[in-house]
Amino acid sequence: MPSFKTDDLSQCRDPTEASSPQSQSSVVQQFDGNIQTSSSPTPVAVKEDDMFGDEDDDDFEAAADALESKSSSAPSSSAPMVAPISTPPSKTAGLDASDMPIFYQRLMPFKEIFQWLNHFPSPTTSFTNREFAFTLQNDAYLRYQSFPTSDAFKKEVNRLLPSRFEIGPVYSANPRDRKIVRKTAFRPLEKELVFDIDMTDYDDVRTCCKGTDICSKCWNFITVAIRVIDQALREDFGFQHVLWVYSGRRGAHAWVCDKRARTLDDSKRRAVASYFEVLKGGAQSSKRVNLKRPLHPFVARSLNILRDSFKDTILIGQDPWRTQESAEKLLSLLPDRELNDALRKKWASSGDRSSLQKWADIDALAEQGVSRTLDPTHLLEAKQDVILEYLYPRLDAEVSKHLNHLLKSPFCVHPGTGRVCVPINGERPETFDPMDVPTAGMLTAEINEWDMVHKTLDSPEREKLSDYEKTSLKPYVEYFHRFVSGLMKEEMKQKRQREAESSGSLDF
Amino acid sequence: MFRAQKKRVLERTTFGHEVEREQAYPDRLNMYLVPPLAEITLDQFEEWAVDRLRVLGEIETCVFRNIKAKQMEQSVRPLMEKYLPLSPNSTSGGGNKDMQLEEERKKDHYSHFILRLAFCRSEDLRRRFVKAETLLFRIRYLSVDPSERQALLRKYDFGWTPVSDEERDDLLPNLIFASENSSAPFEKTVKSESYFKVPFERVPELIETRRVYMKAGVAYVPSSLQLSLILSEFSAKLERALEITARALPRLDEDDRLVPILNHLSKGFVAPEYVPEGGDHGDGVKAWQVDSLVEHMPLCMRTMHQALRRDQHLRYYGRQQYGLFLKGIGLSVEEALTFWRKSFAKTTDDKFTKEYRYNIRHNYGLEGNRKNYRPMGCQQILSDAAPGPNDHHGCPYRYFSEDNLVASLEGIGIQDRSVLKQVKDDVKAKQYHVACTRVFEASHRTLHGVKSLIGTGVGMESITHPNLYFDRSLQMAKEAEKIEQASDEHAAAAATIAA
Repeated sequence: MPSFKTDDLSQCRDPTEASSPQSQSSVVQQFDGNIQTSSSPTPVAVKEDDMFGDEDDDDFEAAADALESKSSSAPSSSAPMVAPISTPPSKTAGLDASDMPIFYQRLMPFKEIFQWLNHFPSPTTSFTNREFAFTLQNDAYLRYQSFPTSDAFKKEVNRLLPSRFEIGPVYSANPRDRKIVRKTAFRPLEKELVFDIDMTDYDDVRTCCKGTDICSKCWNFITVAIRVIDQALREDFGFQHVLWVYSGRRGAHAWVCDKRARTLDDSKRRAVASYFEVLKGGAQSSKRVNLKRPLHPFVARSLNILRDSFKDTILIGQDPWRTQESAEKLLSLLPDRELNDALRKKWASSGDRSSLQKWADIDALAEQGVSRTLDPTHLLEAKQDVILEYLYPRLDAEVSKHLNHLLKSPFCVHPGTGRVCVPINGERPETFDPMDVPTAGMLTAEINEWDMVHKTLDSPEREKLSDYEKTSLKPYVEYFHRFVSGLMKEEMKQKRQREAESSGSLDF
Repeated sequence: MFRAQKKRVLERTTFGHEVEREQAYPDRLNMYLVPPLAEITLDQFEEWAVDRLRVLGEIETCVFRNIKAKQMEQSVRPLMEKYLPLSPNSTSGGGNKDMQLEEERKKDHYSHFILRLAFCRSEDLRRRFVKAETLLFRIRYLSVDPSERQALLRKYDFGWTPVSDEERDDLLPNLIFASENSSAPFEKTVKSESYFKVPFERVPELIETRRVYMKAGVAYVPSSLQLSLILSEFSAKLERALEITARALPRLDEDDRLVPILNHLSKGFVAPEYVPEGGDHGDGVKAWQVDSLVEHMPLCMRTMHQALRRDQHLRYYGRQQYGLFLKGIGLSVEEALTFWRKSFAKTTDDKFTKEYRYNIRHNYGLEGNRKNYRPMGCQQILSDAAPGPNDHHGCPYRYFSEDNLVASLEGIGIQDRSVLKQVKDDVKAKQYHVACTRVFEASHRTLHGVKSLIGTGVGMESITHPNLYFDRSLQMAKEAEKIEQASDEHAAAAATIAA
């Protein structure tokens, strides 16, 4: 069972020494070009903290009314204090916490993140009234953080060294003033429309891995999901600025950044999320696809996308119906009793048949006319439903439905795996492999290596290069940069248009 | 500049000079965009508002009884005719008739705006008011003549772009596949149908159910779905207006004649919702007693309880639904923490404290915005987040497949074929609460040997709240015990006499 978490164990040091405030600050002080990393890493066993593969993994549940800070000691003033760190953080098991200062100081693209959220070169309320939430290394959770500038943001992140931070909505007032302003004057105004796909939701159709593990076989589920959702967002809803981000372990997030998407209220977000909902029902509903025929153009197009990868991803990759027992699941989804009996008999007698063969057997036996009651249209529709049931994107719809739901920022480091939450090219999701994503530890090592190799270079030569360009993070930052430029260009254009219109009406 | 400002102030306070206080009402249907300005007596103020409230109250009751919008008209019509009649123009014949027509429409107009004042004050009231008013508008819109509908469309510009015939023909296959009607001659219908282009934001409920074709952010709405467009326009406008009213309301406080009436009105609009009393079971329920109380729980809660015992874990919405239910049966926050801590046996103390403790305390109003949450009713459970693949929350009658539902029901002792069949029929008709009530009756017939609920002093209304199911079941068990005791005593007495 391939699991990529064990690969980066070599990066791990004893977590008990990793993150006392002293050790953090000492790393920061040492930082002046040369970074000291431990030369003798002591691997520690990664204990999977997420025993249940729960939904609580990637984003904090910020349901509409759970708005207050989780930590009662979270100060609302502009200078939150770091709570004393007493226990070794369990969440940073896959990650060496001492890599975080270097990562935040030298690699995190703060400027791009600022521009992405702000849409303009100089700070606007889109950034200054935006909520950030920090999860500190002692798991304290600070909500309602906000910053006047990109620099202030960077400074605070470097001071607190959160294990991750999340992005929330733009409010009608500065989030730090929420206790001062009237309750009605503090409400969320806009936020990117977000989607969350998590591998846990595929557990009942996944045979290769369980829980938090992933491999490239099951990553195909996510790839297909990205393709389906991305295309619909662009073609059906007319959105253009869709950013896909790897969630750091076993899922992906989408941030739809078009102005029109950002200003949707909760009921419209719910409508969009439901538009994408094809599988309905919980653990106890045997058939989760109930669609009208003919299929809605969106479903029909999605089905075409799914059909292309059904063979590789499901039939070969997952092989879900190999045993007699598991094949019953397939039969329960087919409509004709006589055909089912014939299939059951054939599979029982011919022993070990793969899912690919079994899938082909359905049509083969149907054509032989083993059943007199068979309705070919029903069979075709049932087979379409099987494809949808196994491969159609499973979204965590609640994340999309609320304007004030927080979602982890791109370029955060996943505390469990150490991997950076890098963007995924939505137009070519198949080129993305989560196993290739650099970890914070790898990146630190890459900077050091580059600096060693290029020691002889003149300092002006060296300073020309940003730190991320020395590492394998480069293509991801560059992709993000292009995405943000495109978004900003569009916003500027719209702003000029609005200004032209208003000045035109004044002249008139 | 100063002068200009002064003039503006003057204009504001007097509403200008040419404002007509009395408005004319040429049409029956009113979108209520212009507030009334004429004076009315205090008695009229209250009487009209109360009359409208009767109609809205009936509509809300229908919603709670899960009666479909289509059948709602039947139950509401008598009340509408009595309290809020709106006669068509055709009945006018000059003189008295005309006066009556004007009077009816004036009453409709004024009462709507009076209730706005009463129901703008909280988000919950606003939401319910908008819902009921929108349904009232729906009933009226459907009952008026087509010519009156046309007049409404002409009067209010909704900003819809008609789709040209060429564009429609270009998109024909897509429009056909998106159309609701999948019977054979639908192609013809689509061909003759006229379409509107609307930004998708304006028709969220059509997007939600994929009932229209979407292209580049534009929804193609057939004229047959116009009603939905108009209704969403109606409710959106009303919602916005109510928020504005809410902000302006504090300035009204100086008028001590209206405020008491308004307060009284908003109290009169009480939802017929079951409110569990909680803690009404002696000293409250202890964590260790929960398992023994499972037999009184409705299927939804049993399902979650069993899943919790089996997996030693329950996902977020399950914890919310079941946790609040337990709160409703009288589990204190301390007992709730004990219950969940013990139930999550595989979870470490550390993880429990970090991830679950907060939400439990939050439900009891001890964290966050400190709202004391009430157990969820069936309506909320049915309309809230649908369960995903590994979830166990939600209404089992709605989300279970037929086979699983039957198996679960058999598991709780419903063996009677005819009852199972009736339940299946209820589920097919989407009458989930009827199905649940039926199961309640069936299981309590067998469980306690009580022939009929009548005579036990327990109401016969249908189950609309999981806690209602529980409380009633527990109450019945007590009644049955009493009866048994009484008959035992009786028998004992008889025995002693005989001896």
